[in-house]
Amino acid sequence: MLTAGKPHRIRVVALALVAFALFMHLVALSVVAQFAEIDPDADRGTLVVITGCALLAWSLMMSQAMESVTRAFYARSDLDLILSSPVASRRVFAVRIATMAASTMLMAILLAAPFINILIWRGGLRWLSAYGVVIAVGALAAGLSVALTVALFRSIGPKRTRLAAQIVAAIVGATFVIGLQIAAILSYGTLSYFTFLKSDLLVSLVPAVESAVWWPARAVLGDLAALAVVLGGTLLLLAGAIALFSPRFGDHATAAAGISESGVTQRRWRTGFRRASPRAALRRKEWTLLIRDPWLASQTLMQLFYLLPPGLMLWRAFGSNNADLVLLVPVLVMAAGQLAGGLAWLAISGEDAPDLVATAPVPAQWIVRAKMEAVTGSVAVVFAPFVIAMAIASPGDALVAAAGIAISAASATLIQLWFRIQAKRKHFRRRQTSSRIATFAEAFSSIAWAGTFGLAAAGRWQAAITALIAIGILAGARAVAPKKI
Amino acid sequence: MNMHTPLAALEIRALTKRFDRPAVDRLDLTVRVGEFYCLLGPNGAGKTTTLRMVAGLLSPDQGSISVFGVDALADPVEAKRIMAWVSDEPMIYDKLTPTEYLEFVAGLWGIEPALAEARATDLIGWLGLGANAHERCEGFSKGMRQKVALAGALVHDPRLIILDEPLTGLDAGSARQVKTVLRERVAAGHTVIMTTHILEVAERMADRIGVIAGGRLIAQGTLDELRSKAGKGDQSLEDTFLTLVAEPVEAA
Repeated sequence: MLTAGKPHRIRVVALALVAFALFMHLVALSVVAQFAEIDPDADRGTLVVITGCALLAWSLMMSQAMESVTRAFYARSDLDLILSSPVASRRVFAVRIATMAASTMLMAILLAAPFINILIWRGGLRWLSAYGVVIAVGALAAGLSVALTVALFRSIGPKRTRLAAQIVAAIVGATFVIGLQIAAILSYGTLSYFTFLKSDLLVSLVPAVESAVWWPARAVLGDLAALAVVLGGTLLLLAGAIALFSPRFGDHATAAAGISESGVTQRRWRTGFRRASPRAALRRKEWTLLIRDPWLASQTLMQLFYLLPPGLMLWRAFGSNNADLVLLVPVLVMAAGQLAGGLAWLAISGEDAPDLVATAPVPAQWIVRAKMEAVTGSVAVVFAPFVIAMAIASPGDALVAAAGIAISAASATLIQLWFRIQAKRKHFRRRQTSSRIATFAEAFSSIAWAGTFGLAAAGRWQAAITALIAIGILAGARAVAPKKI
Repeated sequence: MNMHTPLAALEIRALTKRFDRPAVDRLDLTVRVGEFYCLLGPNGAGKTTTLRMVAGLLSPDQGSISVFGVDALADPVEAKRIMAWVSDEPMIYDKLTPTEYLEFVAGLWGIEPALAEARATDLIGWLGLGANAHERCEGFSKGMRQKVALAGALVHDPRLIILDEPLTGLDAGSARQVKTVLRERVAAGHTVIMTTHILEVAERMADRIGVIAGGRLIAQGTLDELRSKAGKGDQSLEDTFLTLVAEPVEAA
């Protein structure tokens, strides 16, 4: 996937991965090195921060695991083969659940590894136990996600579970971060949830250091007894979930495969065909498809969940300190890039009737331009209220934010255009695995532009450096993008 | 007023396309205006590749394609304006209704809204989609989806209709409706080019049949002309076809 099937790229990709790993270790060095010498008998404040980080990781892993379980329920590709094979389906599904759990844990280990490695390097081998806690958190997330998805399946049925599980997964993944940010904004006027985690108010409310609540945090700090309990307990829970749910997994998967999507009658609010240029017809089609597909819309709009804290901060900024608005600029720019990337994939790669569009009597550039207009128009509709509200409080910041939103969205759209592949819209979730380079380029370009315009809003000259990095990312993506016929 | 009417709806000369091996090899083919032309050939013969190049979905390595006198390679937009493409896998939008799909296609081809709506209403009626006209396509069967795709191809009233295995997977009733609509189009002066593996369809519907193998046209003509070329009296098209495609294989 990273080499696009071209063996000569293996060395380039390997070098890029090594460089990325080194970069992440440098980032980790700057973030966690100062905590490497923390006393294993930590105080409540430290235990709160470590537990908060573990809960954050758990919520993200839970979200990912729920996605995997839902996908396994609704994937029809090998269902007939499994159910018609002489192997007991219970065993096959037990292996499948275990594989999902393992992949969740592996992803978490990969993300946590730079931070843990730095802690081990600077603080000693006792930090190795943090890997055990990551595995424990992954096992807990996988076990609970299977239970929650099956519960949804039994309570609301296979037809509704697909969308519901999708929304629950996104909410679980976002709620903890957003909740902490909102608490931080309301109590301290900042987006940093660490400020809230370290606050005296929170520390005064949590249980005493002897409480079992802190065992996971103690395990992270190297307490082997706590690690044994936490790891053993969560692995037992996962094993229990596998044993309990794998016998029924086949039934649920069969029920999911048997649902039909028939019978949605579309009410017409008007009579007669509307006059439209080819470009207008394409734009209208893109918007109609997005609005009508609640599953795709939920996937895309969940990214907007992360705009709730900045929205709250914006609201609080009126009549008080406008200087805080500078903090909103990178958040909005980042969110615009992410939203535009998702929409651009849907419009450009996720075309369900490519032959129809390609055989229409319009130049290919028109088609691409119309699709890009649909994407940028959607982004503009979403972010215009934020920019207008910002302009009332601080026109300068609003101008910088608007420029950042436009450039970040345009960059993500261009990356999706360069790496476009033919796919069905319903395969939206696969977009992040179809081209890892595009996924990373899109994410890092959004981050770099967020940094650029955040620094620019603060009047810092370093904005020029991050802008050059963003341009470099775009140039690199363009250089390695597959050549189109 | 231009009084010159081209004799050929489609004229292909020395058309060549290579993938790993030659898919279409210096192919010459002429389809007359107002005829129903069936293109037959074994799997991998180059039928779909040829028609995808005509429709503008693939670029040829060399050769020329002329659609009603329009150079399809030099002026693809003008050529696309007068033709339609229907593939074996109906490509429609699940979340649109047939009516909305036809409105979208009409918009792409720049058809006047009132005219497009009248045509869409007729097509939906002819193809038996009236009861589902305002229902999203997501729950439609393969046959219904193919009929929606066919209606989309016809709503802009193309002079040349190209269909690649359009009857694959259709039940008898749906297949008959599709065939009837296509025959009516030919009767009205339009030209239809269709690939199929169902030889009985070619036998009953085609004015002329072309047999393609190894990327080259190895025989074409009416059914009688093909039988004569195969040299075996009044045998079925299946026997004739198998004889014709066996010859290049044996020669190779």
